[in-house]
Amino acid sequence: MSTPLLDIQNVTVEYPGHGFRAKPFRALHDVSLDVQAGECVGLVGESGSGKTTLGRAVLGLAPVTKGKVIFRGEDISHASRADRRRLASDIQVVFQDPYTSLNPSLTVEQILSEPLTVRKVPRAESWKRIKDLFEMVRLPADSGNRLPREFSGGQRQRIAIARALALKPQLIVCDEPVSALDLSTQARVLELFKDIQEQTNVAYLFVSHDLEVVRHISHRVAVMYRGEIVEFGDGDQVTSRPHHPYTQRLFFAAPIADPVAQAERREERRRLLAAQGA
Amino acid sequence: MITFIVRRLLTGLVLLAAITTLGFTLLYLGGGDIARKILGENADEQTVALKAQELGLDRPVFAQYGDWVVNALGGDLGASWFSGQPVAAAILSRLAVTLSLVTGAVVLIAIISVTLGVLAATKREWIDRVAQVIALLGFAIPNFLFAVALVLLFALTLGWFDPTGYVQFTTSPSGWAKTVTLPVVALALGGIAAITQQVRGSVIDALRNDYVRTLRSRGIPARRVILKHVLRNAAGPALAVLAVYFVGLMGGAVIVEQVFAIPGLGQVAVQATTQGDIPLVMGLLVATGIIVIVFNLLVDLAQGWLNPKVRLS
Amino acid sequence: MTNLAHSTDPQIVTAPQETAKVSLFRRILRNPMALGSLTFLAVAVFCAAFAQFLAPHDPNTSVISNVLSPAGGENPLGTDGAGRDVLSRLLYGAQFSLAGALVALATALVIGVTGGLLAGYFGKWIDTGWTWVISLLMALPNIIVLLAARAVVGPSLWAAMLIFGIMLSPAFFRLVYASVSAVRNELYVDAARVSGLSDSRIIARHVLTVVRAPIVIQSAIVGGIALAVQSGLEFLGLGDIKVPTWGAMLSDGFTNLYTAPTLILWPALAIGLTLIALTLLANSLRDELERSTGPRKQNRRKPTKPQPEAAAEDIVRHDEREPEGEIVLDVSHLSVGYPTPDGGIKRVVNDVSLTVRRGEVHGLVGESGSGKTQTAWSILRLLPEGGKIVGGSIHFQGKDLATLSEQEMEKLRGRKIAYIPQEPMSNLDPAFTIGSQLVEPMRICLKISAREARERALALLARVGIPNPERTFAAYPHEVSGGMAQRVLIAGAISCNPDLLIADEPTTALDVTVQAEVLDLLRDLQSEFQMAVILVTHNFGVVADLCDRVSVMRLGRIVETGPTRSIFADPRHPYTQELLGAILSEAEPRGPLVTAGAPGQPVSTRSASNQKGAVQ
Repeated sequence: MSTPLLDIQNVTVEYPGHGFRAKPFRALHDVSLDVQAGECVGLVGESGSGKTTLGRAVLGLAPVTKGKVIFRGEDISHASRADRRRLASDIQVVFQDPYTSLNPSLTVEQILSEPLTVRKVPRAESWKRIKDLFEMVRLPADSGNRLPREFSGGQRQRIAIARALALKPQLIVCDEPVSALDLSTQARVLELFKDIQEQTNVAYLFVSHDLEVVRHISHRVAVMYRGEIVEFGDGDQVTSRPHHPYTQRLFFAAPIADPVAQAERREERRRLLAAQGA
Repeated sequence: MITFIVRRLLTGLVLLAAITTLGFTLLYLGGGDIARKILGENADEQTVALKAQELGLDRPVFAQYGDWVVNALGGDLGASWFSGQPVAAAILSRLAVTLSLVTGAVVLIAIISVTLGVLAATKREWIDRVAQVIALLGFAIPNFLFAVALVLLFALTLGWFDPTGYVQFTTSPSGWAKTVTLPVVALALGGIAAITQQVRGSVIDALRNDYVRTLRSRGIPARRVILKHVLRNAAGPALAVLAVYFVGLMGGAVIVEQVFAIPGLGQVAVQATTQGDIPLVMGLLVATGIIVIVFNLLVDLAQGWLNPKVRLS
Repeated sequence: MTNLAHSTDPQIVTAPQETAKVSLFRRILRNPMALGSLTFLAVAVFCAAFAQFLAPHDPNTSVISNVLSPAGGENPLGTDGAGRDVLSRLLYGAQFSLAGALVALATALVIGVTGGLLAGYFGKWIDTGWTWVISLLMALPNIIVLLAARAVVGPSLWAAMLIFGIMLSPAFFRLVYASVSAVRNELYVDAARVSGLSDSRIIARHVLTVVRAPIVIQSAIVGGIALAVQSGLEFLGLGDIKVPTWGAMLSDGFTNLYTAPTLILWPALAIGLTLIALTLLANSLRDELERSTGPRKQNRRKPTKPQPEAAAEDIVRHDEREPEGEIVLDVSHLSVGYPTPDGGIKRVVNDVSLTVRRGEVHGLVGESGSGKTQTAWSILRLLPEGGKIVGGSIHFQGKDLATLSEQEMEKLRGRKIAYIPQEPMSNLDPAFTIGSQLVEPMRICLKISAREARERALALLARVGIPNPERTFAAYPHEVSGGMAQRVLIAGAISCNPDLLIADEPTTALDVTVQAEVLDLLRDLQSEFQMAVILVTHNFGVVADLCDRVSVMRLGRIVETGPTRSIFADPRHPYTQELLGAILSEAEPRGPLVTAGAPGQPVSTRSASNQKGAVQ
């Protein structure tokens, strides 16, 4: 068995409590997960389940109190600022909100060249890379000197994806990247994610609250509930025939866009809840 | 709620301690040869040394500060070096005058700002322009210039009020009103400008809240939603600005009192600082510090009442 | 016609390009008020810089024989109480007064901005320390401190302004601190961190750019305050007699107020005009700044982006037989518009017609910008500021809501027409308890006593499935969860037995499991009260779950309408087809990762061992 690209081992994340002698808030409890090169692992859960925290822990934006985050054999859970800077070309991020994840006062070109200038990539090369990125995320080639607010939500998310791809990373943490988008845009952006993965063999840790989205994009899926992973396995199985009672509740709660099928699912949900005694 | 008050009070006390320590250190270390200043250039060395000993100036600064703190806790702020009058008494006798000016200004600011701010935010149109002009004038004209203009117009030209002086309220209420009206108005202008702008802004912000639509969808008339819900939510930010502005009012009173020749703390302050009467200056720092802290405590309590989140955290 | 097939989104908005690229400075020059202020300030600075060459006399030479001489001859503006030339003093006064204000401004800037940046960005103890020092400074009355300082250092303009600069630094500190702590939590700063930017680079690139313009505005204000207070001190006669300043001139003028009233006029004008110019400059800067960043702060649900108006086309109608039941709401040819800056009207709802019968749930479905929420708000007549019904009628129980007076509308809202909003938290007033927000409308609408209303509210809370009604009644909104808050809002909506319920995305902000419960609740309540319901949503699952009929909206128009089952089974309009085609539940799951080395083999086998036991 090949060593995983990302190996999260028994990670616990605690935030210090507010105020004197307050109990720390435990966002993640003993979570383990692995992502292979070129794989997409979906992380699904409801608000407060810790799914976003897990993504942030991988990025070094949340404090890991216990356990290890191993990236290519190296424990990065307590990486120094310098190490983090080095890791920046390997691990990248796409956030949920395309409105706040791009600095409104910078042009798209400035946004995209930011990671490149940090690496001291020469201007000409950096410009060429940005051209390639536009093509890769299917943005018009003349987008560079515009401001983020001149773009629609879907296009902004493409800009954010381009920024993540700029340094050719091996892993992108995607934090609800399509939740703020309209239905049709959402489908297109998901296709883009898939295409890019097939072209570049980048791995995704794909965080979402939506079982359908995760099922569509993920090879494997982990389900989180109250800071723990309750089910982890093959994407189709977890999202279509879940084993864990919580995943089952989640599955039957999402309404299907078909009045006949939804009426059936409603009944199934009622039976399930009765059986689980919830 | 009790812990909330206690915590605020403790913060206030720490603040007061910091102010006095800082003031004392700077005043006494930077004061130079104080005994010489008191006695004048012509006094001989021996008298100066004796005077310094009498005032305890020959002792280390921290010992002097220690004495001062012990005495101050007992209500004794020392005596003026020049008049010999006890500092506490000198300040207390003038405090009521200044406080009545400042209180009057706060009341005037609150009434006018809330009315004008709410009207400007909800009606817009001409009343909004009036508010803007008042804000511009209030920001741009320093209160002493405004005070001089008021004296020229209402006292000297029209003769409606007395140009200078102060009549005790207990002596003659109408005389009192005649003497304090112009100073209070002069003092309040800047505050009216600042707070009206703030009230206007926060009412507009509060009106944008989703719950305004929801409350109106339940059949509550728009007027009632504004007066009950919007105003309460908008009051917090306005009060915060008022608290900051209040400190400015204490300083503004010093100048305005001078223009109208009102015997308040301002006169004492100017006199004490030109002479270098350090015990009196320290007393003033303590007095204004306490007033500011008490006012801030009142504002905090009001904030707690307005916003349950503040109260409970 | 539909652009879904294209690989790139073609609707790039081109309108704001110009404003985006023209710098703030250039736009300021086009603003007459700002230009005037800048010109005045430039003249003042010119006078100050070249006072040596412009002034006819030395500002401090007093000619005893020439005290208080009127304007004219040797002294264009006359002489003051000490026989000094007023014009010369005015020019030199500009030099010293402005320089003094600059000293204060520079001090405040250096301390406030660095402090704000450090404390706001790094937080922790740096934050605590700075905040403490700043609140100490803010608790000290400026004038008193300046007076005290004078007692120590004597009458020095520069020392006073230096100290005053320290006193003024909170103005910058608070500004920078607030922006920085807001920016620090912005996702784009996180993204910059992940990109490997160092702290100093993030501050320079992402933080300073945000606070730059506000700092310029604040500088104009703080500079003005410094000048005003400086003049105030000198006015009190506490300044350095040897330094000619406007304040010193004021003081002299005030002493001679009765004999030579014009003496006070010149310095007062100089100070007043400078302060007005600074304030106007700050105001117009702020206006220009708000104009350029405005849309970002606005409510995103308002139509901020200019959407193209869809051309009129035939609506696809699925109609079998005439449905039964009394018509409660009849909207016909409704149009809603907002005024545009060029004086026109931008229609966001165009020629919308629909009917809702008693006991029927009518879904309005569409993507953002389709006008579905605007339609809902126009029926309640609670459109955001500027929004107006510009055409059509809304018939409800024999009245046309489109033309009804506001007083008449107030009688219908709550009693006959009720509303469930999207965001549960922002739709409860944080300053009042949940109970009081339920009781208040019932007392107005049903004219019942407080006790009766309370009983009713508790019963309602129990009815919408709140486990402990008494506790929730007494709680403040921030003390309950989002799902609970939405139940409270539903309870409020049905509290006066309305005939028509308008639910605007009632489950969008909720978690999936909570959404299912709230949908169940809405279905039960609807059949219990036999209400007519308009359900606004973007989620076809919710439509399928709850709606009897559905209208698909696009760019302000209805494109297809009919019974829900019929539309799902046979979508005819291309747009409806595209939308339904974009739904993922139909799509294939992705399946396990296939690697080149071992085709068909899942890569990892650790999955199963990672499962935790059941969490119940």
